[in-house]
Amino acid sequence: MPIIVQGLITILIGVGGCVGYFYLSNLALDKVIFPAKETPSRRLVGAIICLIIPLGLLFFLYVGPTVFGALGIGFLALSDVSTISALLAVAVFLVATFLLFKAFNTLFPAKGSSVGDNINRANAVRPWLFLFPAIFVLGLYLVYPVVGSFWRSLFGRNPNDFVGFGNYVSLAQSPDFRISFFNNFLWAIVVPAASTFLGLLVAQLTDKLSWGNIAKSLIFMPMAISFVGASLIWKFVYANDADIGLINAVRAMFGFDNPIDVLQIPFWNNFFLMVILIWIQTGFAMVILSAALRGIPEETIEAAILDGANPWQLFFKIKVPQIMATIVVVWTTITILVLKVFDIVYTMTGGNFGTEILPSYMMDFMFRDDGRATAIAFVIMLVVLPVMVWNIIEARKETR
Amino acid sequence: MAGVSLTGAIKRYGATQVIHGIDLEVRDGEFVVFVGPSGCGKSTLLRMIAGLEETSEGRIEIGDRDVTREDPAERGVAMVFQTYALYPHMTVEENMGFGLRMTGHDKAEIKRKVGAAATVLQLDPLLKRKPAALSGGQRQRVAIGRAVVREPDVFLFDEPLSNLDAELRVEMRVEIARLHKEFDATMIYVTHDQVEAMTLADKIVVLKDGRIEQVGAPLELYRDPDNRFVAGFIGSPSMNFLEAEAVAGGFRVPALDRVLEVPVRHPGEGTKVVIGLRPEHLETDRAASGMTVTLTEALGGVSYAYLETKGGERLVVEERGDTRSSDGDRVGLTFDAGRVMVFDAESGLRIR
Repeated sequence: MPIIVQGLITILIGVGGCVGYFYLSNLALDKVIFPAKETPSRRLVGAIICLIIPLGLLFFLYVGPTVFGALGIGFLALSDVSTISALLAVAVFLVATFLLFKAFNTLFPAKGSSVGDNINRANAVRPWLFLFPAIFVLGLYLVYPVVGSFWRSLFGRNPNDFVGFGNYVSLAQSPDFRISFFNNFLWAIVVPAASTFLGLLVAQLTDKLSWGNIAKSLIFMPMAISFVGASLIWKFVYANDADIGLINAVRAMFGFDNPIDVLQIPFWNNFFLMVILIWIQTGFAMVILSAALRGIPEETIEAAILDGANPWQLFFKIKVPQIMATIVVVWTTITILVLKVFDIVYTMTGGNFGTEILPSYMMDFMFRDDGRATAIAFVIMLVVLPVMVWNIIEARKETR
Repeated sequence: MAGVSLTGAIKRYGATQVIHGIDLEVRDGEFVVFVGPSGCGKSTLLRMIAGLEETSEGRIEIGDRDVTREDPAERGVAMVFQTYALYPHMTVEENMGFGLRMTGHDKAEIKRKVGAAATVLQLDPLLKRKPAALSGGQRQRVAIGRAVVREPDVFLFDEPLSNLDAELRVEMRVEIARLHKEFDATMIYVTHDQVEAMTLADKIVVLKDGRIEQVGAPLELYRDPDNRFVAGFIGSPSMNFLEAEAVAGGFRVPALDRVLEVPVRHPGEGTKVVIGLRPEHLETDRAASGMTVTLTEALGGVSYAYLETKGGERLVVEERGDTRSSDGDRVGLTFDAGRVMVFDAESGLRIR
């Protein structure tokens, strides 16, 4: 089949499925489950139609094999079940259909005063019809992985080997984990603080400049670079060679002729890695905070000038408090990002020289010891969760 | 306490000049109102006095101090903005005390002064609230309180009542008048609402296109306007203007189909003029029938009848008493020729 036809069919099925879902589900709600008119026959037909799809599946799965076998097209059969149990299943479904119909009729009769109730009930259920696909997909791709990961983290390297909280206990005892937890803590404090502060500074300083927008564009640009790409760039900056590395070139200029590898300086190498993420994230903070600064009513600033506030006080006592909610959102958004980034450590030092952080530590165990890796993932999630909740609360406050 | 004096004040934005050499004297304790249509430069002039706009040329003095190049905070002025401009993150108390805090007063003194101002403005129960929890009128009172606390030499108001609804506006207008009596401070007030101007001002400054048209007491401007603009701007509904021509023995008014004898200097035969008639000086005459009533507005105590002449000119007449016109009536017009004002058609200047 040509690929273009495949694509078109996919689109047709997707769109048709969506439209069909909304149309049929509303139809079932209004005409079959909570009808506003007394139409028992239509209700019966509806109940039958509602069950045709499961019946069809049943046919393929249970009755099919016998029939297809008899017709000589046994390859269409998906399973081999005896005819008796197949017929039993069909009978069960027919009874279920009848009971469903009876239940609708007694619980939500379409008679007299309950007609109005039916309309109200249908309208109360309707929003959920529309929400259901989204909730279902979110549940499938967000909630299930969380639960699934947690479940997996209770098993050892061998997925059949239940170890309870053994992974967590051994994590807590591992010095490597403690180092990466501490490093991650440093990252989560330093990077958001520095990015937000620098972003705010740049936003304020470029606000009234004629070439401010050009400056902002330049500072925003690193946002477009992937973490790995940025790491490569900074690998050159940090290179252990005065002819390549900027830092060593500067050192050489001051007469130090032995180049050093800054990524191997214990403890401080962490900060050299953080600089990369700060470089990337300052642009993000700047753009959001610049918009927020411009949203401050000009009169409050003029009033403060008349009240005798100097530029410093104007900034910290009038402007910053008014954009506090935005600052918090920017700060927490970057914090969440920091707790996810493994690329920089992974590409720059591979977690050596005491620079390991939780995500890169997790990467070390991934595919080798999934139990331990998911346990780390779960720890990361627990750390991110409160920050995320705060972020959402503040962001909501702001949109109000 | 101090007066304000402007000498040849000019404001330019690049090549565009918006204020064209204003000379103005505001006495100590005087309530001066700047009025004019939007874009006339009244707010700009106020902001120049406040120091929020740089003065391109000329001098501004407050008291006997030349403040033309001084920082806004050093000028001893306080300003109340149309949008209140309260600091949203501070309580009412902090808002009012902010200026004192910035100038380094100690806490006890700030508390005492804020408390005193709050009592005057009946803000005591609101002191711990934030601006978001206040109504429009309360916010404006806080804004005024913030100005009062600083004990400035000059209060500046930039259309302070424009964001309030009609009822509150009347209430706050009375409040501001009361405050002026109480503090006896110099106040400069910008508005486009002539009712505010007439009721509050000791002295009204009428501005147009960055120039002063006339300065004077409210009734002086009403009774004796210098030019057609002021005559039309002051008074509501505004003055009726009719084209006329100077002829021997008076002014021939085609719209009224008669020659008026007005006791003013005769500008010479053939001069084109405009005559002005205030609606409250006109009366409808049921015996005559030169005009049609196209619309009436009954406000209770008075009605306004909109008349149309045969030539299509429109006039407004104020009617009182029991017999009032209704739509479609054919009426004439009577008035005292001594009340008629005459303006030069070209320059708009009053001919007295």
